[in-house]
Amino acid sequence: MNTPSLSRAFGLLLWRDLTLAFRRRTELFNPLLFFVLVTSLFPLGIGAEPALLRAVGPGIIWVAALLAALLSLDSVFRSDFEDGSLEQFLISAQPLSILVLAKVVAHWLITGLPLLIVAPLLGLLLDLPTASIVTLMLTLALGTPVLSLIGAIGVALTVGLRRGGVILSLLVLPLYVPVLIFAANAVESAGAGLSIAAHLSLLSALLALAVSLSPLAAAAALKISLS
Amino acid sequence: MTDNPEASSLEAHSLSCIRDDRTLFENLTFRLVPGQILLLEGRNGSGKTSLLRLLCGMRQPDAGQIHWNGEDIFQLGPDYHSDIAYVGHKDGVKQDLTAYENLKMARGLGAPNPTFSIDEALDRVELWGFDDSPARTLSAGQQRRLALARLLVTRAKLWILDEPFTSLDTLGISIVESLFAHHVAAGGMLAVTSHHKVSLDDADIVRINLSS
Repeated sequence: MNTPSLSRAFGLLLWRDLTLAFRRRTELFNPLLFFVLVTSLFPLGIGAEPALLRAVGPGIIWVAALLAALLSLDSVFRSDFEDGSLEQFLISAQPLSILVLAKVVAHWLITGLPLLIVAPLLGLLLDLPTASIVTLMLTLALGTPVLSLIGAIGVALTVGLRRGGVILSLLVLPLYVPVLIFAANAVESAGAGLSIAAHLSLLSALLALAVSLSPLAAAAALKISLS
Repeated sequence: MTDNPEASSLEAHSLSCIRDDRTLFENLTFRLVPGQILLLEGRNGSGKTSLLRLLCGMRQPDAGQIHWNGEDIFQLGPDYHSDIAYVGHKDGVKQDLTAYENLKMARGLGAPNPTFSIDEALDRVELWGFDDSPARTLSAGQQRRLALARLLVTRAKLWILDEPFTSLDTLGISIVESLFAHHVAAGGMLAVTSHHKVSLDDADIVRINLSS
């Protein structure tokens, strides 16, 4: 117990971020509410024609999930930057990239996982076939962690700026596009009875790449932002 | 890394720091050994905080090196960081966590101190009984003391402190001064900026005035 322990620090930070989120429950539901509202407004706007909804449904759900993720990104490092906790992470006895990974995992559990849970309901709302809904869950499970991981790099770069919001979107959105294309296309293909193995492989590859590289990139970016 | 405190030393070799095209200081060389206090003096904006951030390894010097036990601190990385504790302008206290939880986190990030439990650390800064209170309910001075209690929960040899006495009352100041005296007597090192007169009798103080 008296030596610095990596897994202990990882677990502690995860616990800390989840505790903090739980103590600020009102902010917890913002991305989820956004996701549900945007998706459920579409049938009102474009007409409740089942064939039409089935055609645009996958795209709508994924775009809403992407924007919800973008909306919640700023909270990854903002409060830690403002109260000086980030400085403490920087000079902790643990590698910063591991701490960043813990924060991103916590962020995904708080903002990404709820999207995954309500997505089937929204799929029903847009009259998606069962195969599409299953695929939607799969793509969200693979894709939303990628969004959080890539987003962390962008936030790490812009956390020192006063108004980083616009730059953050410009930085991060282009990197989100591949996820959106493959994921929405997979859901559509599944609905048409086509194979989605290639899409899922690509999304898994993106996830593997993001898990291994983005904590390193975000850690380097944080060091720049804080120096 | 060595456990022999006598072997520890912090050395700065011809450090320079340039900020926004303004040279804050250059060619700064000093050596700090166990039992010594580095007291940074100088006007506002003379680079005291920048120097402390260099010593923490949060910022690269524009010229020169900083060595810990003879090795460059940027090479040592986390090995160096497990030997230091830093309390800056910002307290680094999470408002929604309790005092106890804040220290638990700090302890987990560093090398835990075997001689001080979290409760003992809270006791030393006279926050005993506030362990279950969210930090946001503490006064500014109490939050400062909570931040300084972080120094005790890890076994850092070098404490780096930026204006530690800010918002402390006389009682708080005397508590913190006794922490310093204890740390230095136990072979620790201290790098500190302060506008207050630090009254540490018979302490071995290395003074650097950045304005001169």
